[in-house]
Amino acid sequence: MDILSVAVQNLTSAPVLAFALGLLAAAIKTDLRLPEPIYQVISIYLLLGIGIKGGVALSNAEFQEVGLPILGTLLLGLTVPVLAFFLLKFLKKLSVVDRGALAAHYGSTSLVTFTAAVIFYESVSISVEGYLTTLLAILEIPGIIVGLMLASRGLRREVSWGESFREILTGRSIFLLAGGLVIGFLTKSTGFAGIEFFFVALFPGVLTLFLLELGIVAGRRLKDLKKAGIGIVVFGIAFPLISGTLGVMTGQLTGLGIGGAATLGVLSASASYIAAPAAVRLALPEASPGIYLTASLGITFPFNLTLGIPIMLEISKFLESAGL
Amino acid sequence: MLKDRKLIVVVVEAALEQRLSKDILSQGAKGFTITHANGLGPRNQRAGDLEGGNIRLETVVPEETSMKILELLKTSYFPHYACSAWVSDVQILREDRY
Repeated sequence: MDILSVAVQNLTSAPVLAFALGLLAAAIKTDLRLPEPIYQVISIYLLLGIGIKGGVALSNAEFQEVGLPILGTLLLGLTVPVLAFFLLKFLKKLSVVDRGALAAHYGSTSLVTFTAAVIFYESVSISVEGYLTTLLAILEIPGIIVGLMLASRGLRREVSWGESFREILTGRSIFLLAGGLVIGFLTKSTGFAGIEFFFVALFPGVLTLFLLELGIVAGRRLKDLKKAGIGIVVFGIAFPLISGTLGVMTGQLTGLGIGGAATLGVLSASASYIAAPAAVRLALPEASPGIYLTASLGITFPFNLTLGIPIMLEISKFLESAGL
Repeated sequence: MLKDRKLIVVVVEAALEQRLSKDILSQGAKGFTITHANGLGPRNQRAGDLEGGNIRLETVVPEETSMKILELLKTSYFPHYACSAWVSDVQILREDRY
């Protein structure tokens, strides 16, 4: 399949179309919203489901197979935010604190982008190593911490690290992901069989519903694009291509297959819009949410969902065929 | 029979729930009530985060404590966060509780 038809197939997949519908709903200002408790239930379902599936895959994997990718992912988690922080220097208008806040978001990762990528790759018969979820969990945290540390260089006060760490580590996204991994690891394939229908067969449908809501939320961010400026828009599209390529390369070098490396690329390219904003809001109130939320949710998330996912696959195929 | 107290109502981004609860108690309040809230401020500049919205914290305290709380809001909350607060006179029956 050539790159164009892969891209078209992704753009016409139900989750992506639901996202577009959400954008439209926001643009014409309908009163459509998922009720808050439903949103909470769906996000718990997605996090726990992904965690459990990853844990089952981990229980079937050899340590040697997983060790190197984990190490590579840790390195990515430390490098990507630093890279973002220094590249953002070219945007003269940004303060050090705003650059650090953005670095925290781009260093961390987006669960929904990851999930959409895995579902899409599997739909075009590209297999993805199940333990990639472990890498997702690992990539969530270090980027936020590195970003906060970089930002703190621009502050004339102490950052309340204790509160920030608690927020990052006890946030429910990381708790549910890690908890799910443990459940999956302990229950193994045999235990998983009983809940498989709920967490596998229904999964893409639930994700579609969730993306509808995210489309609405992202659509509401779009009005802030002008305020954020063209530099942020360029960064929100160009940076994922750089960090994503780094991610694919890391995947290939640490022994992941084409699908696994592409997925690590998507993980690395994606920006957080749940865990990072909460932590950044508490630790860096000086940073402007109009910049970091607009960039991660309004620009990078839609870009990755529509084009980033097929592009990472092509980069992965290209690097594989180039014998890297 | 009734005693005078101040009722402070603080509306703030939900992300700050734990921090505000701790701060209110450290200034001498003996308790508080938190409910979730939605609304619109004069700047319409909420963090716009995905979840949470706002919280509305209410606490009944002696006047002296109410001043301390307002002072704290002034220095640590108003400059950076979407935060509203107001004070009113109330009367209570059980003096030692508030």
